[in-house]
Amino acid sequence: MATAHARSSGRRSRRRPDDVAGLGRTGAGTFLVPALALIGLFLIFPALWTIYLGMTDYRLTGLAAADPQFIGLENYRQVLADAEFWRSLRLTLIFVLGSGVLGQTLLGFCVAWSLRRLPRLAKGLIETLVLAAWVVPTSVGSFLWLALLDRHEGTLNWLLDTPGTAWLIEYPMASIIIFNIWVGTAFSMLLFSSALGAVPPSQLESSRMAGASTWQQLRDVVIPNIRGHILTNTLLITLWTFNTFTPYLLTAGGPNGASEILPVYIYRTAIPGGQLGVGAAISLLMLLINLVIALVYMRIGREKKT
Amino acid sequence: MTATSAARSGGTTSSTTAARTARKFLTRILFVLAMVVVGFFFALPLAWLVTAPFSKVPTLTVSWPDWTLENFRVLTENPYALTSIGNSLILGFGTIAVVVTTGSLAAYALSRVRIPGRDGLLYGLLLLSSVVTGTAAMVPLFQLMVATGLINTQTGVVLALSGGVLPTVIFILKDFMDSIPKSYEESARLYGAKPHQILRHVVVPIARPGLAFVAVWALVQVWGNFLLPFILLRSPESQPAAVIMYTFYTESGQADLSLISAFSLVFSIPVILLYFLVNRRYGFRFHGGIKS
Repeated sequence: MATAHARSSGRRSRRRPDDVAGLGRTGAGTFLVPALALIGLFLIFPALWTIYLGMTDYRLTGLAAADPQFIGLENYRQVLADAEFWRSLRLTLIFVLGSGVLGQTLLGFCVAWSLRRLPRLAKGLIETLVLAAWVVPTSVGSFLWLALLDRHEGTLNWLLDTPGTAWLIEYPMASIIIFNIWVGTAFSMLLFSSALGAVPPSQLESSRMAGASTWQQLRDVVIPNIRGHILTNTLLITLWTFNTFTPYLLTAGGPNGASEILPVYIYRTAIPGGQLGVGAAISLLMLLINLVIALVYMRIGREKKT
Repeated sequence: MTATSAARSGGTTSSTTAARTARKFLTRILFVLAMVVVGFFFALPLAWLVTAPFSKVPTLTVSWPDWTLENFRVLTENPYALTSIGNSLILGFGTIAVVVTTGSLAAYALSRVRIPGRDGLLYGLLLLSSVVTGTAAMVPLFQLMVATGLINTQTGVVLALSGGVLPTVIFILKDFMDSIPKSYEESARLYGAKPHQILRHVVVPIARPGLAFVAVWALVQVWGNFLLPFILLRSPESQPAAVIMYTFYTESGQADLSLISAFSLVFSIPVILLYFLVNRRYGFRFHGGIKS
């Protein structure tokens, strides 16, 4: 046992062994099995199965449900020729850029930056409000926005004195973008708050002594110091915003698909629409995009460690 | 912006200090104004959640409440409202039971035994959990549940949710167990304890704060999750609060605002409380989870 240990990791051989409970590799394997089985069945298998499902004409009901046929890349041909798919992809891009990259990251940074100069009470109040918007269950949060934006009784129309404006129908994309900024800014705020706390005060001090304006301090001292955090934040937010289904609760993709981002498009095609095969084909495209973002993110994380 | 440039151009030697004070004052006012706008933006939608449940006749407009508890009585009379909270608890605690037991076993093994390819395994699992989201995997998950007969069962939802959060749970717990000193286990072993006994009587008691943390984290993830139960559960008797809430405001012809407002508050409060409690205690580490 001890020799096997030493051979497997030469570096650790001089330290005392890790395996203090005497599990051994078999024991460790047994301990790992239940968790890995669950992950394998409900995480890895679905991902792999998407590849196969995407190449069949699987349907929820009817003949193709009982006996699905292998149709190769037909679904992909159909999807890529579908104008609705391209519109959905374009809307997703706008949504991710507008609400994730620009909205949440920028607002989160501004709030984090401003909070440092606020008195304790005001700071606590704003932090709590931003966090509360994030913590409230999404189906409650979306109803709060439905109430706010309601055409006849909404508080927004009352405040702006614009009775009868149907925000969700006239400006569906703007509505879900602003809604998503409201939901998600808390993460960026927290991440940047902790990042800003780690900027050496001496550097800020000396730049201020040299007469740098706030803008110059940000550009020359703060941004270079937190560049890693900005990158991390942007990638995570991109991944999450890309995968969020919540806008469905607000507009259900409508009116007429004007806010049908990719997750909603997949849902409508596959489940109410019954075209599971086509839905799986789009899902695979989505998984691949996720993979690219996650790989870039992990790679940066690794570089930071070494 | 125009004000600052005006102040700057007017900065002759005699009036420099006055101009600078004016400028400072102005930026301060602008700053406070901006913060008020930000606070307002976040508070405005939330205001309804606080006022409407206590209004006699709740409308969609925010108005000063009458502090009545009548709406909560309406809530108890609805056949689905309280059941759905119960269902949320079943899903939440079911997922906790599954991920805490399987996750701590796995995390312990990974922490104490140098299995070949351990780091690669952890790295791969974390990568997977962020790539295979509920949204991207809804079609195969739905299909899998139909094929195995787990569609429309809470077991199916618990298993699917567990698979999704397990990688993060294992990662957090392994980190936690790495920090536990090994001397206790060594002495337990000297006295002849078996590995499973060591785990149950030595490691679990020491690791309790870590396990509690993971349990709360998992509960928060499950409590608000909408998509998976929405797809996998079709009968309203088994749907959790997140889905019933959506049904309340979409499927009934005229939305019952007494019910919706009271339900929103009851459904939100546990998770808000847990969150602020845990957030205060554990800080930023709590936010690693993926919301989808």
